[in-house]
Amino acid sequence: MTTDTTHNTAPSHGTDHAVEHGMSTRGYINIALILAAITALEVSTYYVDFGPLFLPSLLIMMVVKFFMVVSYFMHLKFDNKLFSWLFYAGLFLAVGVYVAALATFHFFLR
Amino acid sequence: MLRPATVMRLGHHMADTATHEAHVTSTGLSNVKLGMWLFLGSECLLFGGLISTYMLYRGRVSNGPTPEQIYDIPFTSVSSFVLLMSSLTMVLAVAAAHKKDDRGTNLWLTVTALLGATFVGGQVYEFTAFYNEGLGFTTSLFGSSFYTLTGFHGVHVTVGIIMLIALVAINKRSRVPGSKSETVEMIGLYWHFVDIVWIIIFTLVYLIPV
Repeated sequence: MTTDTTHNTAPSHGTDHAVEHGMSTRGYINIALILAAITALEVSTYYVDFGPLFLPSLLIMMVVKFFMVVSYFMHLKFDNKLFSWLFYAGLFLAVGVYVAALATFHFFLR
Repeated sequence: MLRPATVMRLGHHMADTATHEAHVTSTGLSNVKLGMWLFLGSECLLFGGLISTYMLYRGRVSNGPTPEQIYDIPFTSVSSFVLLMSSLTMVLAVAAAHKKDDRGTNLWLTVTALLGATFVGGQVYEFTAFYNEGLGFTTSLFGSSFYTLTGFHGVHVTVGIIMLIALVAINKRSRVPGSKSETVEMIGLYWHFVDIVWIIIFTLVYLIPV
């Protein structure tokens, strides 16, 4: 079976770009502002004592920023699921392999 | 029966059409885009290895300064912010390319390249400062793993800048082969990937103390 590539992942040419990729220019700027705010919050952990929340909050903010860029700037949220599978397969394989590798060196017990 | 001149004209027309229309694939998806996502998935394994190695060795300082003694968090925060904003300008370049706005595409690609160059310049300054403070590549396991990880990332950003500048130059001559918007999008994917790797490096390497 053969299909035109332009018809599977996005509507045909001539449609509004915001519809085609799920985001308008204003939307991209809003995402960037949220990312900047999270970065500022991350940097604040260097100056302000977050106590026991320090490590979890930093890791959560890192993950949120990561998935915001992947989902909205890289359009993975709006694109074909096969692209997501390809990328997340590599990502989760890497996380699994290296968490296992670090565990063998007792990294998480330090 | 067709005359040779007519056949040649038809051939030229078909070749011209092929360059302006999307390719037909068995999946219905762009093979170029599939290849790029597969490449980015494999890059996760590369950077995963480098980040894990750094995490293991960051506390191994037999010689020279420790991470806490040399990291300049305010400076690196500004660099991180610059790279993060370059992702915004890159996505605006992709949006302009989809709208067939050549002027906007070139403008945002150039701004992205400049922001990337600012980041790399900051990294060169940081490396120089660290070296002057006594952290060479072979000073300690921390130094080796730090320079390898951030150096690899810096090389990726530099390659991205070269691609951006080349794309602007080719686009100005209207010689971008195939779908122009797809080419811009592919370089955009690479650029955003470099950004998300830095999001991880910034937190794990700089913000979380040993």
